[in-house]
Amino acid sequence: MAGLIIAESAIFTIFVVAYLFYLGKSITGPTPSEVLETPIFYTICLLSSSLTIHLAAKFLERGIGFAFLGLWVLTIALGGLFLYGTAQEWHRLIYEHGLTISTNLFGTTYYSLVGLHAFHVTAGLIMLVTVAVFGFSGHVGVGQSGRIAVLSMYWHFVDVVWVVVFTVVYVLGR
Amino acid sequence: MSSNVITVPVGQTEARPWVDELHQWLITVDHKRLGILYIVSSLLFLTLGGVEALIIRIQLMHSHNNFVSPEVFNRMFTMHGTTMIFFVAMPILFGFANYLVPLMIGARDMAFPRLNAFSFWLSFLGGLLLYFSFLGGSGLYGAGSAPDVGWWSYAPLGARAFSPGHSSDYWTLALLVSGFGSIGTAINIIATILCLRCPGMKISRMPLLVWMNLVMAGMVLLAITPLSAAQIMLLIDRYLGGHFFDTQAGGSAVLWMHFFWIFGHPEVYVLIIPCFAFMSEIIPVFSRKPIFGYPVMVAATVCIGFVSMSVWAHHMFTIGMNSYANSFFTLTTMVVGIPTGIKIFNWIGTMWGGRIQFKTPMLFSIGFLFQFLIAGLTGIMMAASPFDWQLSLSYFVVAHFHYVIVGGILFALFAAFYYWYPKMTGRMLSERLGKWHFWLFLIGFHLTFDVMHVPGILGMPRRIYTYEPGRGWDTLNFIISIGAFIQAIAILVFVANLIVSYFKGARVGNDPWDAWTLEWSVSSPPPAYNFATVPTVASRRPLWDLKHPEDPDSHYE
Repeated sequence: MAGLIIAESAIFTIFVVAYLFYLGKSITGPTPSEVLETPIFYTICLLSSSLTIHLAAKFLERGIGFAFLGLWVLTIALGGLFLYGTAQEWHRLIYEHGLTISTNLFGTTYYSLVGLHAFHVTAGLIMLVTVAVFGFSGHVGVGQSGRIAVLSMYWHFVDVVWVVVFTVVYVLGR
Repeated sequence: MSSNVITVPVGQTEARPWVDELHQWLITVDHKRLGILYIVSSLLFLTLGGVEALIIRIQLMHSHNNFVSPEVFNRMFTMHGTTMIFFVAMPILFGFANYLVPLMIGARDMAFPRLNAFSFWLSFLGGLLLYFSFLGGSGLYGAGSAPDVGWWSYAPLGARAFSPGHSSDYWTLALLVSGFGSIGTAINIIATILCLRCPGMKISRMPLLVWMNLVMAGMVLLAITPLSAAQIMLLIDRYLGGHFFDTQAGGSAVLWMHFFWIFGHPEVYVLIIPCFAFMSEIIPVFSRKPIFGYPVMVAATVCIGFVSMSVWAHHMFTIGMNSYANSFFTLTTMVVGIPTGIKIFNWIGTMWGGRIQFKTPMLFSIGFLFQFLIAGLTGIMMAASPFDWQLSLSYFVVAHFHYVIVGGILFALFAAFYYWYPKMTGRMLSERLGKWHFWLFLIGFHLTFDVMHVPGILGMPRRIYTYEPGRGWDTLNFIISIGAFIQAIAILVFVANLIVSYFKGARVGNDPWDAWTLEWSVSSPPPAYNFATVPTVASRRPLWDLKHPEDPDSHYE
């Protein structure tokens, strides 16, 4: 998983570089400062889901199954909420501001970078839900805590990437 | 350690019908079988890439030739480059890594056997996808076409306006798919080496081949992924109307070049480091001496791994970077020469005073040493940016990198084939055919690629379809093409040797070369379970310790 994370980091690095390189290079509008709003609430959701998954994994190690499941579902809910936030933002950008991936360079780089991250959140959620299904059918116990720890590593990675994307897109980029 | 063998119940050893056998190969997750699948599939692609090279050389044999049309010529050099790098060199090296790494560290298999199979099939099907473009490149419009925009696919050539139809998409998808395969293999190699070493195999006792493959896998993680990211961007540009590389909307063609070469130059080291690994195993065995300067070799490899990540823009001196960037990349490129030089001196130091046996693997290794040195020297010449301004995009560059890839990588691969073929099949390759192969290939190689430097200096650009008579290029090009055909004959000898020796070669025991690493302690070919009992290692040369209990290496390390 560490190897995968290194490889994924390199992919994200390239997209971040492209985003930074093309900042302010768009020939036509809209520009980031005109249309972007900082998604503070949804960022808090995603970042706190890191905490819940960490605690869930700890509870599983100690064999407290119901606490693990509860926190696990909470993690899924927080991740889902974040995805909903992204969807809402995209909806607003597309229908109110007419910004699509082919509008200008900002659109191209913005949707690619945020979309790549959202894709990773989605992939993570699918894995989390799979674990939850197994958990409710009673198949996740202390024996699986190693695998759960690996999955939680991936989820932390997705969060860290969001910190970078957030900084680049919503703080530096405006 | 290795003498005891697990006895298999009689019923399981009977010959199976061939359909069953084929099925076993298709569903296998055994690292040895996957290694062989990698190698065999790469040899198939090598044949295809070689035929494309011959078509290029026939076309350039004399001026105003029209053996093929210009369109076909463009497809040929694009497919030749793409095939040779992505579907020959990388998978064949992964194949050897797959086969040898678990055996050398005393492991049962790779860390993730199913991921291993998945990676192989991704790489292989990526290759098939690329070649399917010959049929499906223009979709339903009729005659198919392969990608024809060069293996760099520089923007804006890769854009929809300049590359209509689907040929470039096949190129993009093939590289994306096989790239994911490569990442999977790299993760697998790293996990295997870090987690599955047998007792006593400290990281400082690993054979150099294992060390170098570890560095190679680490580089794959950092080098292939930028290419995958850039391919995703290209797909967004082509299908979703994005503007990453669209200069008319403010995008940048130069950014594509940067992304491509951030992949492209480390890629060269991804290919050459496993070849250094072969040399570091083969030269000591045939010099009858342990490797000279083991820790320095490891340090130099890691050093190359790091420095090579910061040299990419020396492919781009002519695009008009500022002088600081030019100086920086000139400097870093020259710095890579230092650890590489250390390695060459270490191999010579290993041979120095040894009882050298001139078997075929050693012949190819010595050829590698000389040719890689010359390739490195022309590399240093072009690292100087003013010199590069003169010769960039000329045949001098083509000669330089073929010197690295054919003279270096391919010679090392042939050495590896002759050295490990007995382990993989249980039979020796014929020494007589091997000598023919070596000398024919050596002559053909030098005829082609030594001479190729000259038209480059005379101003012949690369990728031209044909040229005017009377520029002094005709005779040289004719000689180059003759050399190419001599190499093709040598390859035929090699293939004949592979096939004939598989059926008629002399049978061998565990250890035909009297070597020192763990793979020679098991039978040839190794049983599916590799080691009947997990070996324990006390030095860098476990088999030496076993054969010479009165004077083991472990006393000195």
